[in-house]
Amino acid sequence: MDNFKKAIRPKEEDFEDFSCHLTQLKTYRIHQYNGFFFERNDNEVLLDKNIIICSIRSAMENHKSIFNSTKNLQPLSSDEDGLFIYIPRNTTLDTPLQILNVIKTFEPLKIEAKTLIIVGENSHLKLIYCDDTVNDNLSKTESKISVVLEKDSSLEYYKMENINNLSSIFTDSNFVLDTNCELKTFWLSINGGDIKNKLSVALDGQYARADLNGLYMVDRDQVVDNQVSVSHNQPNCHSNQLYKGILDDSAKAQFKGHIYVSQNAPYTEAIQNNRNILLTDKAVVNTQPFLEIYNDDVKCAHGATIGQLDQGAMFYMRSRGISERSAKMLLMFAFCTEILSKASIEELVDTLQDIIKRRLHGELSSCENCVLLCSTPCGTSDVDFI
Amino acid sequence: MSLLEIKNLHASINGKEILKGVDLTINKGEVHAIMGPNGNGKSTLASIIAGRDTFDVTQGEILYEGKNLFELSVEQRAAEGIFLGFQYPVEIPGVSIANFMKTAINEQRKYKGLDPMPSMEFMKLMEKQKKIVDLDTKLASRSVNEGFSGGEKKKNEIFQMAMLHPRLSILDETDSGLDIDALRVVASGVNALRSPEVSTILITHYQRLLDYIVPDFVHVLFEGKIVRTGPRELALELEEKGYEWLR
Repeated sequence: MDNFKKAIRPKEEDFEDFSCHLTQLKTYRIHQYNGFFFERNDNEVLLDKNIIICSIRSAMENHKSIFNSTKNLQPLSSDEDGLFIYIPRNTTLDTPLQILNVIKTFEPLKIEAKTLIIVGENSHLKLIYCDDTVNDNLSKTESKISVVLEKDSSLEYYKMENINNLSSIFTDSNFVLDTNCELKTFWLSINGGDIKNKLSVALDGQYARADLNGLYMVDRDQVVDNQVSVSHNQPNCHSNQLYKGILDDSAKAQFKGHIYVSQNAPYTEAIQNNRNILLTDKAVVNTQPFLEIYNDDVKCAHGATIGQLDQGAMFYMRSRGISERSAKMLLMFAFCTEILSKASIEELVDTLQDIIKRRLHGELSSCENCVLLCSTPCGTSDVDFI
Repeated sequence: MSLLEIKNLHASINGKEILKGVDLTINKGEVHAIMGPNGNGKSTLASIIAGRDTFDVTQGEILYEGKNLFELSVEQRAAEGIFLGFQYPVEIPGVSIANFMKTAINEQRKYKGLDPMPSMEFMKLMEKQKKIVDLDTKLASRSVNEGFSGGEKKKNEIFQMAMLHPRLSILDETDSGLDIDALRVVASGVNALRSPEVSTILITHYQRLLDYIVPDFVHVLFEGKIVRTGPRELALELEEKGYEWLR
């Protein structure tokens, strides 16, 4: 099995500018190719704002002071490299940053990607991170992301996973929030042979808030595993987990949601929800809430459901003349889009809704190019979604 | 030809017989009220006509415009002009009323070989029909029945009926849970849609609905059978005497 070759840095001339046709949405694009960061012409707006986007190695050489002054930063070993993003204090970036990790290979390839993001005090960032395979060859990606939010900062983070059915991706993401920080994540596992997401959020300052949303759509023999862990380490923090999944054919999903409330964290509010729809008898979901609470003055709730589409709603819709297939589509689409209700980038939500529709229609089984190509309206479908 | 002919209909659920030989004929333009105590088969009859498959039809037949109704799927029946106003309208979170209605209208049109309704025409139709039942404009952009009051849900049923203009409407206890103002609004909605081409079955417990929607016939469904049919006055008699005397 282990005939995977470790990815080496593609040559500069091999780099293709995989243009991402996210037509309605302007982003500042950052390129990774098989996990390697490719430096492109710097954008003037980003330069003006003193935003640093470079390799981790060059950051360690040229911006030592950042590493010394940022608390909550995990130590890096000297041989580590990857992508480094630094948003200085008091910076608001209206246009989202987008990291586009393009995976392209002609032989079984093992890819490692590392990203370190620091959002400075009172700064506000929106970031879209996409992993896309652009051909149908086997790959195995391990992606590590560390994000540090300094006090009073916020981050809206979108993670899109759309890889081919042979490929696997394992992301290990760590977010550390200081006082009064706000994190919103939208984790969309659109397609992939084997997807594993480990998400850890540490609420290390008072009044920090984390809103973690996830959607997985799997079919055939695909496997998706989400392990979400939130640590309430300080008083007055809020967290909310909402993960939803639709499973077709013999797909398997696992959800493990961990809420940890430290003895030092009174007035915690933590909610966790995992809801699943199984479209067949063969699809399997394992869902496992795990609450570890060491303080009495907390509000915690968790819930998990595994079910089929609501038969009462199906009959109601059909009794109005809507075909069984369309009724299913509408219900599944409605189920999925709840995840996006708190997303603030409207144009992106429109595009993501298109992607969800196409996925539900079975048109997205394997992407030939960047998933965000599919921002065209869903003209071929029977159901005209509004 | 009659619009709907029910002949010796027997139906059961989990082996328990609910309908024990119902006969009923409905012609174009007629309004029929079906009354009777709870648990005697009124809603079962409505559900079977609309196509709910939780009941086993063990005997008998239903002809709709001369066609065997049991050969049509739920959605085909709707497209052929059958509408069921639900006793308990279903909440569908995440699906807006506008989208729901647009999909329903266009799928019915597709069944009839018609092109989708142009968006402008659809919007105009929505505006017009909302007024019939005094439905709050904001409701249309909300999810179907989600968080609606009892009265709003029933208004929404009549609104949908107005949008789809069926030829046979079955209103299953549309009056239950309504205060007198809401009842008036719903009833005037039904009356506004009355025409020689439209037939209506009103299922109700109370004769008060029939003060507002005057039926051509009143039937009593008792212990799985229609035991009496009469003019509008029968409802008053039932109100006075109850059902036991029909035994």
